[in-house]
Amino acid sequence: MLLPAVPFGAALAGLLLPPLRARAAAAVLGIAGAAAALLLACGLLVALDQPSEQSRQLVRFGHLAVDFGVRVDSAALLVAVAVGVVALAVQVYSVSYLDGDEGYPAYAAQVSLFTAAMLLVVVAGDLIVLLVGWEVMGICSYLLIAHDRRLPEAPGAAVKAFLVTRVGDVGFWLGVILLGVHTGSFRIADVLAAVTGGELSTATLTAAGLLLLAGVAGKSAQFPLHTWLPDAMAGPTPISALIHAATMVAAGVYVVFRLYPVFSYGDGVLPVLAVVAAVTMLLGALAATAADDIKRVLAWSTVSQLAYMVGALAVGATAAALFHLLTHAAFKALLFLAAGAVIHAVGSNLMSAMGGLRRPMPVTFWSMTIGLGALVGVPPLAGFWSKDAILHSASGGAGWAAGLVFAAGLATVVVTAWYATRLWLRTFFGLSRSEATAHDPPPLMAWPVVALAVPSGLLGFVALSDGFVDRLSTPVPADWTGAAARPDALPAQPVLADQALVHAGGFVLLPLAAAAVGIAAAWLVWQRDPATDPARALGRLRPVFEREFYLDGFQDVLVVRPVRALARAVRRADESVVDGTVEGTGRGTVSLGGLVARAHRAALPRAVVAVLAGALLAGLAATLGAAL
Amino acid sequence: MTAGQVVLILTLAVPAAGAVAVPLLPDRVARITGTGAAGLTLLASVLLYAGRGGTSLEPAAPVRPWHSVRGDWAPGLDLQFHIGVDGISYPLVVLTALLTLLCCGYLLGRPDGSRMLVALLLAAEVGIVGTFLALDLVLFFVFFEVVLLPMYAMIAIWGGPGRRAAARKFVLYTLLGSVLLLVGVFVVVAAAGTADIVALTGGGQLGRGTQLLGFTFFALAFAVKAPLWPLHTWLPDAHTEAPTVGSVILAGVLLKLGTYGLIRIGVGVTPEGAAWAATVLGTLAVAAIVVGALVCLAQTELKRLIAYSSVGHMGFVLLGIATGSAAGIQAALIGNIAHGVITGLLFFLAGAIKDRTGTGELAALGGLRETAPGLAGILGFAAIASLGLPGLAGFWGEVFAVVAAIQRGSPGWTVLGVVAAVGAALTAGYFLRLLRRVTHGPPAAVPVAPAGLARIELVAWAPLVGLTLVIGLLPVLVLGMAYGPVEALAVGVGG
Repeated sequence: MLLPAVPFGAALAGLLLPPLRARAAAAVLGIAGAAAALLLACGLLVALDQPSEQSRQLVRFGHLAVDFGVRVDSAALLVAVAVGVVALAVQVYSVSYLDGDEGYPAYAAQVSLFTAAMLLVVVAGDLIVLLVGWEVMGICSYLLIAHDRRLPEAPGAAVKAFLVTRVGDVGFWLGVILLGVHTGSFRIADVLAAVTGGELSTATLTAAGLLLLAGVAGKSAQFPLHTWLPDAMAGPTPISALIHAATMVAAGVYVVFRLYPVFSYGDGVLPVLAVVAAVTMLLGALAATAADDIKRVLAWSTVSQLAYMVGALAVGATAAALFHLLTHAAFKALLFLAAGAVIHAVGSNLMSAMGGLRRPMPVTFWSMTIGLGALVGVPPLAGFWSKDAILHSASGGAGWAAGLVFAAGLATVVVTAWYATRLWLRTFFGLSRSEATAHDPPPLMAWPVVALAVPSGLLGFVALSDGFVDRLSTPVPADWTGAAARPDALPAQPVLADQALVHAGGFVLLPLAAAAVGIAAAWLVWQRDPATDPARALGRLRPVFEREFYLDGFQDVLVVRPVRALARAVRRADESVVDGTVEGTGRGTVSLGGLVARAHRAALPRAVVAVLAGALLAGLAATLGAAL
Repeated sequence: MTAGQVVLILTLAVPAAGAVAVPLLPDRVARITGTGAAGLTLLASVLLYAGRGGTSLEPAAPVRPWHSVRGDWAPGLDLQFHIGVDGISYPLVVLTALLTLLCCGYLLGRPDGSRMLVALLLAAEVGIVGTFLALDLVLFFVFFEVVLLPMYAMIAIWGGPGRRAAARKFVLYTLLGSVLLLVGVFVVVAAAGTADIVALTGGGQLGRGTQLLGFTFFALAFAVKAPLWPLHTWLPDAHTEAPTVGSVILAGVLLKLGTYGLIRIGVGVTPEGAAWAATVLGTLAVAAIVVGALVCLAQTELKRLIAYSSVGHMGFVLLGIATGSAAGIQAALIGNIAHGVITGLLFFLAGAIKDRTGTGELAALGGLRETAPGLAGILGFAAIASLGLPGLAGFWGEVFAVVAAIQRGSPGWTVLGVVAAVGAALTAGYFLRLLRRVTHGPPAAVPVAPAGLARIELVAWAPLVGLTLVIGLLPVLVLGMAYGPVEALAVGVGG
């Protein structure tokens, strides 16, 4: 239960610090918070042999209780360790990267809060608690993306990030509520027991699964809710590392993993997941081929790599998905932090301003090379193992969905290799295109980069060790406390029986060959003219990729503008019709009163006549009344 | 007389005495006296918690006040002075006392001449607390009316440029509601032969026809106060023109008179009527959520935007009440408190921004985080809390109003729940738009002076910031004491 509490405490203390402008204290708090969380996660990982669950009732609404519950098992702890590692690296790196930034204390505290929220999602044992962490992460990303006050586009990007994910979160809310209302509990263990026990109708499950999926797509930047992630680059580079590697985007994938039965027992949820994954995979990779901003290339690669994880989940390879999440966390954090070092040195995000940085920045160069190699899937780097596991599972899966994921996955390997090679060559080779004299970053920025290169390179070998697959396995309902599993109640048997992460055999050659094709293609294009962008080879597709398939435009025309127009119309209607009625009633009454008053202000003769007439009438009435 | 009864009477007597004493004293002394009286009232209201009896559910007496005082008021008319406090009214009483104290304290730091404003605040407090405590229908009506005059004076004398028209609209519109409330009270009292809320709760003494008729009047009256779309148009004008403390009290507690009345009297005294009108009420509540959010999205003035956001937030509260289930009423209770705390804070901040820049036009503001980082930080916090971020106070009421709607199970209610959830996303939209206009971007041309926060401002705002966080993390603080009474009410509606 302490796991999220530690960075949360650091965040709270940090947020109270700003009045003091105590930079050093903020840095110590931030780093200590992340380090303590990491140590705690590591300690638990070593000490824990059984999943354990603790909960305390927070409040009760009617008969629905909300518990502050945490549940840790080895899969959750592995993710928690990854979060801790990346958070610590980011905190250390930021001390140097944000040197001289006045907003640093608040920034460090927000990073702590971000970490705490992600850890809360990771260990949550209750859906409402999970929702709390889920949304707090959203707001932290909003605050941190908007951090840079010199960038005019930062506030807009921050708003976009929060709103796009929030739109998905409407679905997530409703999915959680649907599950809670139908199972009578928000406890994840109870919900999963009810799901696997066949207590929920398939229609309910499908609805809940699809609704949750909307939230997952928002957080994990899957088509069509992916548009916020590339723009989120407006945030400081360490924040990009944090968002892309261990928090936020990983949360979506992790939640699908955690609540897997909800998705697999529903009807048609996994195929939807597969289609989303296939589209996003290719879309992300293709958009990355033409981007000139180095961070944007990496951002699109995140979109595409996340789709691998989602695709793995869609074909039931849950262990492979989580494995890829871990390796991706390592190499993507490395790539962003190294890119940050490059940007720091060159003073620009654009690759057209880089080039030839191999000699002045050897540490960054080699770290980046490891990171890119892992991204492409060059053996024996980490990404190779996890991507191979996913592709292998997809190739063995039954049905069109698995075939789709496999085909898209293989094609994406080619494209990934192409854009990664392009980035590598454009940044580090050829002639220098920048005026500044580049140099390797200061130690506080270099250490985290080098430290992350270790897992990026070697994490894959963990897959060879015994029992690792079991540690990554989906929580089978039977091992959830108090759950009576009846797997035979529903026909679906969604989780792949064979979850092995390592395969010997000729299959390995297929993705390797694909990667080689991509690398070779990029190299050949570049070699012909090292001074220009290899993206020229894309020909007429280049503007399409560069404008990212014009999806922002669609979003603007289909959603943003109609909502704005509607808002203006409603405001006008509210002011002129609803309030107009009220004001009209008031004015009507006043003018009626005026009429009556005027009638009373008659000239003397008419008034005398009226009074006499009235007296006559009254007298008549009285006499008649008496006579009757 | 027990200690609890003494404290109960003190919560009304102290502000009343303060309201009388303040105008008689010289300005500075008067304001300190008034703040002292508000402080004592808060102390007394908090102390009400001590010595409360069991809160268990007992069908024989759906309303089981912790402490109550009963006395003959006008024996010839069979009128009784009957007040009491229980788990439903207690949080609201404390909220009222707290906000009044913060407003009085805030006025200490203002230029001279505002002692009458302090007196009016205390007078309004008597009326508001009295309404929450009243256990007699006629007494409820009287206190409900007492609030009107001080609020009218606050807006009409200390308000902005359009204050006269706004105050007149406010008073006439809500008087119309009061007339309907009076008619409703007469309908019920005439049929039941008693005005005792304790005896009337559950609706056992009233026939179905009376209940439907009574609820119609009650619902209309409280809908004006709450306010429920489309009876809300007095609110933006009144909130925008009112002085800062007036806006805080209006949004913070005055609106709660409507929702509290709907729970205590609408659902309590005429439960069959509440069940009968549930769909209409729920639909209008959801309409309020969506319309409020959309209007905010197109709004160009700071205070008006916050005022309209109240319409949306109260929509969630009313949706909870409309479901008539225990979960829904609880959501409404915590939504009430959360809205009072958060919107109170927002109006304080809006006032501070207008004081510093002299304008509330969003187009003229900007870059506040450069020019006044402290103010921008607190505004950011309040806006984020108001958009219902989980972990802060605003979340619980919104999400569980939706839960309660979906729990009803029928397709219609499910649709209402879904639309309400979409409304919550729109809420995020306009608050982020507000932050982007006000705090982000390049600093605006208008000068911001002073840039820092005055100590009195920090003192007045810190409790609200703290409460937003504490209630968000521990909602049981508000709801724990209300389990029993709420379930008793929900039984009446059959929810």
